[in-house]
Amino acid sequence: MKATYSLFLVFGLVLVALIGVGGLGLHYLFGVIIPYVAVLCFILGFICKVLNWGRSPVPFRIPTTAGQQFSLPWIKQNKIDNPSTMWGVVLRMFFEIFTFRSLFRNTKVELYDGPKLAYASAKWLWLFALMFHYAFLVIFIRHMRFFTEPVPSIFQFIDKVDGVLQVGAPHIYITEIIILVGLAFLLLRRILDPKIRYISLPADYFPLFLILGIVVSGILMRFFVKTDVVGIKQITMGLVMLKPVLPKSVGTIFYVHLFLVSVLLIYFPFSKLMHMGGVFLSPTRNMINNNRMKRHVNPWNYPVKVHTYEAYEDEFREKMVEAGLPVDKPLEQSPAENKE
Amino acid sequence: MALPSARELFSKISHRMPKREWMDIPVEIKPGRYCYPANPKSLEYVGMPYARQWSPLDEDWKLPENWMEIIRTGMRDRLDRFRTFKIFMDICVRCGACADKCHFFIGTGDPKNMPVLRAELLRSIYRGEFTTAGKILGRFAGARKLTEEVIKEWWYYFYQCTECRRCSLFCPYGIDQAELTIIGRELTNLLGLNTDWIATPVANCYRTGNHLGIQPHAFKEMIEFFCDDIEEVTGIRPEPQFNKKGADILFITPSGDVFADPGTYTCMGYLMLFHYLKEEYGLDVTWSTYASEGGNFGFFTSHEMMKRLNAKMYMEAKRLGVKWILGGECGHMWRVIHQYMDTMNGPADFLEEPVNPITGTKFENAKSTKMVHITEFTADLIKHGKLKLDKSRNDNIILTYHDSCNPSRGMGLLEEPRYIIKHVCNHFYEMPENTIREQTFCCGSGAGLNAGEIEELRFLGGLPRANAVKHVHDKFGVNMLACICAIDRAVFPPLMDYWVPGVDVTGIHELVGNALILPGEKERETNLRGEPLPGKEG
Amino acid sequence: MYDGGKILAGLAIFVLIFTFPFWYNIGNAAYQRPKLEKPKEKNCVESVEFMRADHMQLLNEWRDEYVREHITTYKSHLTGKKIRISLTKTCLKCHPNRDKFCDKCHASLAVSPYCWDCHVTPKGDSNEK
Repeated sequence: MKATYSLFLVFGLVLVALIGVGGLGLHYLFGVIIPYVAVLCFILGFICKVLNWGRSPVPFRIPTTAGQQFSLPWIKQNKIDNPSTMWGVVLRMFFEIFTFRSLFRNTKVELYDGPKLAYASAKWLWLFALMFHYAFLVIFIRHMRFFTEPVPSIFQFIDKVDGVLQVGAPHIYITEIIILVGLAFLLLRRILDPKIRYISLPADYFPLFLILGIVVSGILMRFFVKTDVVGIKQITMGLVMLKPVLPKSVGTIFYVHLFLVSVLLIYFPFSKLMHMGGVFLSPTRNMINNNRMKRHVNPWNYPVKVHTYEAYEDEFREKMVEAGLPVDKPLEQSPAENKE
Repeated sequence: MALPSARELFSKISHRMPKREWMDIPVEIKPGRYCYPANPKSLEYVGMPYARQWSPLDEDWKLPENWMEIIRTGMRDRLDRFRTFKIFMDICVRCGACADKCHFFIGTGDPKNMPVLRAELLRSIYRGEFTTAGKILGRFAGARKLTEEVIKEWWYYFYQCTECRRCSLFCPYGIDQAELTIIGRELTNLLGLNTDWIATPVANCYRTGNHLGIQPHAFKEMIEFFCDDIEEVTGIRPEPQFNKKGADILFITPSGDVFADPGTYTCMGYLMLFHYLKEEYGLDVTWSTYASEGGNFGFFTSHEMMKRLNAKMYMEAKRLGVKWILGGECGHMWRVIHQYMDTMNGPADFLEEPVNPITGTKFENAKSTKMVHITEFTADLIKHGKLKLDKSRNDNIILTYHDSCNPSRGMGLLEEPRYIIKHVCNHFYEMPENTIREQTFCCGSGAGLNAGEIEELRFLGGLPRANAVKHVHDKFGVNMLACICAIDRAVFPPLMDYWVPGVDVTGIHELVGNALILPGEKERETNLRGEPLPGKEG
Repeated sequence: MYDGGKILAGLAIFVLIFTFPFWYNIGNAAYQRPKLEKPKEKNCVESVEFMRADHMQLLNEWRDEYVREHITTYKSHLTGKKIRISLTKTCLKCHPNRDKFCDKCHASLAVSPYCWDCHVTPKGDSNEK
């Protein structure tokens, strides 16, 4: 149900672009205004969100330690999973962000009669998530050929590597296949795995369908519903050089693609997609486990009411003396009313 | 309530998801799954708000009139104070990696025990109250309305989480349900909703220094009983010191070790170790009756209460003028000491950077907090050959070791206890790797859940741990489970009896005490439990 | 603790990366559609729009038909004429200069077709070694 809603929402968005551009001829709205609004929304929204996080302090140093601590010199520390230096944290974060290290640990619990519990390795999520994210990254970088002139050799190189299969004309990109496979897995997993389906919100399906829409419209444009690519570059270059032009030779399919990308950019800062920024700020991962070595300061640490030793001794002095426990004040002058 | 047999209970576990969506399923407060509400007197004693008599089974929980306002302000306030809270509310992608990592989900199959949904209980309110998208789009954006039902659900499920952080280990963004449970429990406490198994120990700790409310003279007496027992076994009587000004080291351990078997044997182990070090090397250790609780039930209540109870450690160390503090075997006590104490109640500039006076080892990793874990201390002594040990006295024991959640995932204390084990015990087998070290499973009763009335829940939560023990029990004949946590020592004996009969529970320092050759001791016939030593069974 | 410096530095990097196309092009001349050398012959094989968007596919089909099925002619939808299937003898007859025709757009779009792995160009193959 939630998945269907989200799917139809994305269909709706496609329809909006089709009607807006193909039917009503609102090229300027869909080709200039909305993209600009989207980029602004994305960049400012992202910054505001991160600054908003940053406004709250990290009062305690609470890394999740995933290995042996730094302790006695002859005990081998796990310097990455339980870092005691800044460099250890840098490495931990590097592996977390570039290789999804925590997800790599994933296991799946199985119940057998016996009673017996078993934990099977479950690395599929890790694999397909990694595929999806890297394919997305390469596709993003590849698109820089539409935003630079002349195209720097690094983007040419990435394009060439991605198209190395040289199948068809134009070439099929490897990332096109990978991102489709990745998206399909993430989507099917959400729909078919009862647990994941149960915890999923519409906000989990929507970005998947939206990105799928972007990928499919891109593939359609490249292979099936072709249009004037040089004209597209005129539009994209015009946008980033703040001198928008809209050549007539570019077909509606491009505007559909552009509109879906714009929606993604606008949606981004308000959604779970902010995990892109959040993963850098997660205190359980980005903190050094040097708690007992270096004092962490809590900016809002405030004095609290405590039960002092004096109050304690006042209450129990008689019994303490009787039991032979040392006391600070001798018994006879104990002021019983001096309780806390 | 009589429990079904282990096999029967296990066969009832189902991980099938309900047909209806979780937001549509009203919370059902089931007897046997919740702890009794706090005794109002306990709450009043420490000045907690809205202390009252109420029953979770009643329709009306007697919430304060302006409870909605209290929750809204409480959430806003915590969002401003904890970056974790904000980030963990915003970035979860519901990938489900945490879902089957929680021992309570594995054991109960209740979807709201999946860490992700436990967090969504809070997130849905966060979205509805604090985000524009949630206010406009409502349920489509994953938001829901704040109702009394929600508060009941929070109370029910935040007290079915033991803050073990296993989910956080597997989360690609490190989202820590323990942090959210802590904050969620703070919120319920604002409305006077707590459990007695937490609130009364808090009040006791506050007043007497330990969670059972043992008064100073009784505390001393109990430890002296142990000295009697030690004398009986070894012929040597340790002479522990209490509240001694100018001692070198203040020793603080969870009070569970002082009153409940088998923790008491661990306590005897400490006493023997300190006696040995005093005789051989002149080490001057004192106990305190004022700071006689290492455990911190405030941690299960609120950050403020944690600080109020923890303050005693530094205050007492300062009053007695010791050089540094040594801490006993305890789980959440060490999470508090390692990750919170220095920040909350430090700086401990009145103490010295801890150095082992016997070996000269500087405890570099504790130079600011100035508190050393006893397994760090003992491992260092063994490494330097300072202890005379006869490990064959533990030969009847086939041991496995349970990593307590907090020292493993909130500290990283993994090798120190193992090092000691290998020097005091000949037969040691690890449980499967997905169940130990940083991936360790909770005992199922941490964070204030070791109450009798929720035995079934605790046994279900403890199932993953017990099942791993069963594995090594069946495979290697393991008959003893070692741990470094007082809650574990209280929890495991019945848990083992239920799932893996034939496995007993010990602390590391009980093993040390049995192996340690005291100067001038008589030939021992039995171990500290009065059971015949290997070869003395005749 | 806030780590404000680190957050701002991270945000600066974020902005730098995601505004790359905007600042990278500052100071460059506005992008112009590449000017192609136009042949004297008015009509191509198909319409200009079709050739712009689909020439690569057409060439691909030509290759397969010629090599695998020995079809040697193609009927234009534009003029109805039969046209000889041949890159060198048909296309390059009108567009002999690769530099001034093919590569103009290909370079601008970072496309590197493999036509020239086998075919020789009469003029302007400066890109070849």
